[in-house]
Amino acid sequence: MTADLPGERRAEPVASLAGVRHLYGGTAALDGVTLDIPAGCMVGFLGPDGVGKSTLLALVSGARKIQTGTVTALGGDMADKGHRRKVLPRIAYMPQGLGKNLYMDLTVRENLEFFAQLFDQGVAERRARIDDLTRSTGLRPFLARPAGKLSGGMKQKLGLCCALIHDPDLLILDEPTTGVDPLSRRQFWSLVARIRRDRPHVSVLVATAYMDEASGFDWLVAMNDGKVLAEGTPAEILKTAGASDLEEAFVRLLPEEDRRDHRLLEIPPRSFADHDKAIVASNLVQKFGAFTAVDDVSFEIERGEIFGFLGSNGCGKTTTMKMLTGLLKPTSGQAWLFGKSVGGDGVDTRKRVGYMSQAFSLYSELTVRQNLVLHAQLFHLAPDKAERRIGELIERFDLGSHLDDLPEKLPLGVRQRLSLAVAIVHEPEMLILDEPTSGVDPVARDVFWELLIDLSRNQGVTIFISTHFMNEGERCDRISLMHAGKVLACDTPEALVEACGAETLEGAFIGYLEEAIGTGPESEALEEAGRQAVQPATVAAPRKGFSLRRMSAYSQRESKELLRDPVRLAFALVGTMILLMVFGFGITTDVENLNYAVLDLDRSVESRQYLEGLSGSRYFSGQAPLADHADMEKRLRSGDIVLAIEIPPQFGRDLLRGQSPEIAATIDGAMPFRAETTAGYVAGMHQEYMLDQYSRFYGERPEILEAVIETRFRYNQDFKSVYSMVPSVIALLLIFIPAILTAVSVVREKELGSITNLYVTPVSKLEFLLGKQLPYVLLGLVNFALMTAMAVTVFGVPVKGSLTTLVAGAVLYVFASTAFGLFFSSLTRTQVAALAATAIGTTLPAIQFSGMMQPVNTLDGFGAVIGAVFPMSHFLTISVGTFTKGLSFSDLTASFLALAPAGPVLIALSVILLAKQET
Amino acid sequence: MHSLQNILRLGMKELYSLRRDAVLLILIGWSFSVGIYAAGTGFSTDLHNAAIAIVDEDRSQLSTRISQAFLKPEFRRPELISFDEIDPGLDTRRYSFILVIPPDFEKDVVRGNRPAIQVNIDATATMQAGIGANHIASILAQEIERYGKEQGQDASLPLSLVTRFAFNPNLSSPWFSSVMEIINNVTMLTVVLTGAAFIREREHGTLEHLMVMPLAPFEIMLAKVWANGLVIILAVSFALWVIVESVLSVPIAGSIPLFLAGVALYLFFASALGILLGTVTHSMPQFGLMFILLILPMMLLSGGETPLESQPVVLQNVMRLVPSTQFVSFAQAILYRGAGIDIVWPHFLMVTVVGLALFALAGLRFRKSIAAIR
Repeated sequence: MTADLPGERRAEPVASLAGVRHLYGGTAALDGVTLDIPAGCMVGFLGPDGVGKSTLLALVSGARKIQTGTVTALGGDMADKGHRRKVLPRIAYMPQGLGKNLYMDLTVRENLEFFAQLFDQGVAERRARIDDLTRSTGLRPFLARPAGKLSGGMKQKLGLCCALIHDPDLLILDEPTTGVDPLSRRQFWSLVARIRRDRPHVSVLVATAYMDEASGFDWLVAMNDGKVLAEGTPAEILKTAGASDLEEAFVRLLPEEDRRDHRLLEIPPRSFADHDKAIVASNLVQKFGAFTAVDDVSFEIERGEIFGFLGSNGCGKTTTMKMLTGLLKPTSGQAWLFGKSVGGDGVDTRKRVGYMSQAFSLYSELTVRQNLVLHAQLFHLAPDKAERRIGELIERFDLGSHLDDLPEKLPLGVRQRLSLAVAIVHEPEMLILDEPTSGVDPVARDVFWELLIDLSRNQGVTIFISTHFMNEGERCDRISLMHAGKVLACDTPEALVEACGAETLEGAFIGYLEEAIGTGPESEALEEAGRQAVQPATVAAPRKGFSLRRMSAYSQRESKELLRDPVRLAFALVGTMILLMVFGFGITTDVENLNYAVLDLDRSVESRQYLEGLSGSRYFSGQAPLADHADMEKRLRSGDIVLAIEIPPQFGRDLLRGQSPEIAATIDGAMPFRAETTAGYVAGMHQEYMLDQYSRFYGERPEILEAVIETRFRYNQDFKSVYSMVPSVIALLLIFIPAILTAVSVVREKELGSITNLYVTPVSKLEFLLGKQLPYVLLGLVNFALMTAMAVTVFGVPVKGSLTTLVAGAVLYVFASTAFGLFFSSLTRTQVAALAATAIGTTLPAIQFSGMMQPVNTLDGFGAVIGAVFPMSHFLTISVGTFTKGLSFSDLTASFLALAPAGPVLIALSVILLAKQET
Repeated sequence: MHSLQNILRLGMKELYSLRRDAVLLILIGWSFSVGIYAAGTGFSTDLHNAAIAIVDEDRSQLSTRISQAFLKPEFRRPELISFDEIDPGLDTRRYSFILVIPPDFEKDVVRGNRPAIQVNIDATATMQAGIGANHIASILAQEIERYGKEQGQDASLPLSLVTRFAFNPNLSSPWFSSVMEIINNVTMLTVVLTGAAFIREREHGTLEHLMVMPLAPFEIMLAKVWANGLVIILAVSFALWVIVESVLSVPIAGSIPLFLAGVALYLFFASALGILLGTVTHSMPQFGLMFILLILPMMLLSGGETPLESQPVVLQNVMRLVPSTQFVSFAQAILYRGAGIDIVWPHFLMVTVVGLALFALAGLRFRKSIAAIR
């Protein structure tokens, strides 16, 4: 990182913004920014979370859609689609968050391969580049490790490698080192420096919340509240602000009203000479499977002390805190709060502790006041006391002007104060705070610390706080340095610095880290010596049109993820088979075993003869006879029987006299279908009895009708519902399971952040969607094959017609049903919504409007329209047709013609709904 | 006492949250109004709008009368087709029933030659085929008999059968479909709402936060149960009184409050199931699959769509343990047959027992499942 700038930088900015405004639901993230970003140097964007740094970088990278103003990058307008397509391969963008655009289930090599494929690199080129990049970053030994199992620092290195895979000219890094341990941070920056040495024309844009690392950059842009506060070289900025370090300079650059509360933080010494132990942790171990998150951690915290945990993300700070609060049961070891063992019920202990988790854990649907009141209530503060206490807190934490706002609308600093207020509403004696100041600006951070110091020094509250800011560590009475689940050292900050012979706490931490890991600076230099120079950029313009390689990059990635989630895979395969089993046997429209009972008021030979017809039938199953009408009413009412036959007194006599006695059949009409069928059975039985009687008297069966009604049950002579139900259930399951599987696939990337790769790489929306769809189509076809095999073997339902036709139909159908899920996935923003929409969007049409229960030809209006367009109704015709009706392709052309467009139309709709840029 | 207060207050919080979730409220509103109405009017399990075609090779007075005898709502207006269209018509499911009236049918009837009239039925449309066959046979018999009477033939029967349909004399379908749709919606919405909300709160860390306060898991769970339950109960009451009783004018035989009491018990079960699913799955995709795998059999096999008696005995016994089956039984008993608590209490008991068991299981898994999220 050199201080002298390349001469041509002023001539041609690498990117420039003019009058850029960007709103999120009414609040401006960028408020009229006009800025020229010099080319060929390292540009830092300074400021806390939420000032618009990320938005600015996302706009420059093309990931976010421009609202107002113009953004040019690499010599063209980023609002212009053609220009974006041309320059995207020259830009690399690494979004905020550890490994945000990486895939945690994929290994290091697979992640790199994936990105290389997105840039259309061939096998040989890919291999050479991955080899080169991993060698120079020290990731080579970890090629086979899943990204999710890497430490925070390594994730960021991998992210950088993925960004560098296509030799970009513009490298955009959004807070790449936030939450990373100081050693990894140093390594990361030396890596970036080396890239710039090798390829001096590369421009690097970095957003950072760490003021100290920004001092090494060539050019700085300080931002606050959507506006640029100052720009220039670090020296110029210090000079303008008249400050000695950047943190101070930043505070001075803030507008007057934002810093009026700010004064230099003073920490009075502890006046309490209390050596009671508030927290004792002894040999705490926490294992998650094979992974040891916390490894033999012990410490003691005195009452009234401010004790800090300093370490990177994922080093075990949070896990340790969770063990102390009783949220996690330690694998081994023990902890005591106020002398009481943690674990068990401990409601009393919990009343003495306040906890603030990383996520701030406020209820976003409740207003500030409601949040405070709820917590006071849950701690059972007496109403008058609660009111007093809340009033006190509102005043002391300066929340008065936000009382009726929702937490989401609050600036981060205020939200954090609210969380603290909520955590101490019940006046706890101890506070456990998990990274309370991440992402908060320096002024708000200092205000927050003032509150903490007041609590500790004036009220004797014990404070256990974790942080990854070194300067916050310095404010603690004592700190523990943590790395990879272990405590490296534990003492007062001064003693730690002294023991290590370092100048700063950061230096001391790095010293301890190097001691622990056993890698000095030399080993890295060695790696570098063996490295060849990166070959000159040979990136061709992205291939125009559809690229199979980019599509298959997504297919491969999706299938690997699917294969590595055995639970999901098992559900999809075994679950489908179980459902076919259950439904194939269970959903039957054969009406059998109907419970009936008889009220025989005659008890003659004739009546018994009459009833034999019922008792001999497989459709009916006799129950205890009825005593009287009340009994009949009651048993019908309880659903005990569905049919009651009443034979009148003197039935036999009347019958013999030819007086046409009446037999009454009462059928439970609650289920119309069953009632109708039952009525049919009874009528049939009745007629049979009469004909029988007739022929007994006259010796021949009568001809009741002058014509013969020949009823032919086509396709299914035995009229067993299994022959139509099994093929129908196959159609039903082939829409549900594939749709549910794909429903979360796109929206999951939206939630996890890896959707950025769609925004900033040359991959097109169609390639993205089809690539994701393909593995699920294959899975669906495997399902189809299994179910067809089961139909033939288990259910004895043969494919009477053309198997090829059935398979062809299934291919089209699974394509459509997976596209159906993708459609909902593109439409929605959250996984919950995608699931709910798919479940509800599929159930009604599938069960009621697709001909499963009733043929589509009986539907009217709305139902008929759905039945005509929903793919399931057409595949149902194909499935039942080929299985049971013995049909072939020529008989089913109409269904094929109707089914074929469904998939492509749904994919086209998804392409339209999906954005290629974040809005 | 403290517990009750906690449950009450946490539940109020749930209600506040729900009030701000417009999408969810719309979904609930839609499901219990338009959704019920659509199901009540759009779909029927009896013979309705059956597509019928006639190959009339006789073209006589009798054959015309026959084709005019098939009336709405049971049948669509019969289409006259030619002999060659029979197979394609049935193959493509265009028609479910095709009658073939042979040449000289009328003459043969008059002469007493007993001509045959052929009824072709697509037997893969199982729900319709059987009932349809009966209907067609009786319509044909009626028409031919009437024609015969006019020609001076007579036949009287020695014994008559009077069939009466209890509780639903006209076998009207909206009765059935609309109430079954209420049951389906209750199950789907409650399980998704509680389960997905549990997973979301776990991911956002708010549950974790509650766990470090002096609160017991059962208090947090019960708060969810009562708050979500209250909203669904209100929606069900609306659906029953307004949509089913007033708009669809379905007469309700029994006591609606008794039915709502049953719904409340069922809701307890459904929310417990939702929470339990939330605690055993690790992510939303897993929850989604598990949900579908459980909910489909619960809906399709509970006796609401097809008769329970026809299932294999083993399956019947399993399904009787599932509260949705119990729900369908008592819903039919109360709403159609006017049954009182003396009849439905075993169903109520069963739903409660299963609900309690799942609730206890979810309670056991609660702490563990929160701890498992890092």
